[in-house]
Amino acid sequence: MSSDTKTLDVSVWRGDSAGGKFERFQVPNQQSQTILDVVVWIQQKIDPTLAYRYACRVGMCGSCAMMVNGEPRWTCRTHVLKVIRDNRIEVAPLRNLPVIKDLATDMDPFFTKWVKAEGVFHPTSSRDDDIVKVNPSSDDRILADAAIECINCAVCYASCDTVQGNPEYLGPAALNRAWTLVNDEKDGKRADILDAVSQRGGCHNCHSQGSCAKFCPNELSPITSIAGLKRETIKSFFKGR
Amino acid sequence: MIRPHRKHPLWLAYILHRLSGLALAIFLPAHFYVLSLALTAPKDLDGFLHWADKPLVKAVEFGLVFLLAVHFFGGLRLMAFELLTWTKDQKTWAAASVAFAFMVAGSFVLRAI
Repeated sequence: MSSDTKTLDVSVWRGDSAGGKFERFQVPNQQSQTILDVVVWIQQKIDPTLAYRYACRVGMCGSCAMMVNGEPRWTCRTHVLKVIRDNRIEVAPLRNLPVIKDLATDMDPFFTKWVKAEGVFHPTSSRDDDIVKVNPSSDDRILADAAIECINCAVCYASCDTVQGNPEYLGPAALNRAWTLVNDEKDGKRADILDAVSQRGGCHNCHSQGSCAKFCPNELSPITSIAGLKRETIKSFFKGR
Repeated sequence: MIRPHRKHPLWLAYILHRLSGLALAIFLPAHFYVLSLALTAPKDLDGFLHWADKPLVKAVEFGLVFLLAVHFFGGLRLMAFELLTWTKDQKTWAAASVAFAFMVAGSFVLRAI
């Protein structure tokens, strides 16, 4: 992009679950501008009816993910200069999720699968018990720590073609969360988690395309977590558990 | 046209593995049919093998050997990734499986001509 370009040519998807189309806006080109800044500017200066979702603006809450020029991204931490092509930007709602309106998607299927994968903590003690110490350098903890910084943004879910092709597939984020719990010595239902992730739509549906790891904004590797689940479920199968 | 979210090495390795597998599945019945000619019609088989010595057919066979080899090495990579505690350098190994496949198919052609 040349530095003297004063406006950005931005196409924003407008519509709902019934369908929609791209609408073009001219947005002032400013320094240190993120894609979320561009979307906010359109909503505040041109069309207040534009629907989108964000909260923290600093890459922690996972609310603002959208498709930017065809790739899923966290928009609050995506600099315009990084993604702009021929002074054009195309912003669309995340793939693989139902659209509520414009850029806001319905996250229900994403989180329902999270629960279906047993991606919820299963405590082994109560508040009356002493806090159990966790050794940060144990093998299991190192595996869990490598996958634990997920912010639930659904970028991996939107990037995954297996999710697109198989509505039952639990998806990279839910399986990644299950993997952290499988390796969490405080979790009390390891066998239940392995059972949940080896059902129809579970970890064995993954085709190892690797888009989840390619696009994860926190540089996690759900594909590696899913491979771990595949190994553990196979071991569990041969041990007759 | 490959959509933007698919333009990365592991997705390309995935689609190469899928398409090579599909092509081999389509090829295998023809391969077994030709083999069966050895029992049912040896003269037809001789005629086919003579035809198969043409340079253009050898070039097509290069493609077949490449498909077989790239599916073999790509499959080994996937099994190693999923069954062993070995998770890094996937892109390097995906590229290596294509390189190995070219080496095998290239060796086949050099021996054939």
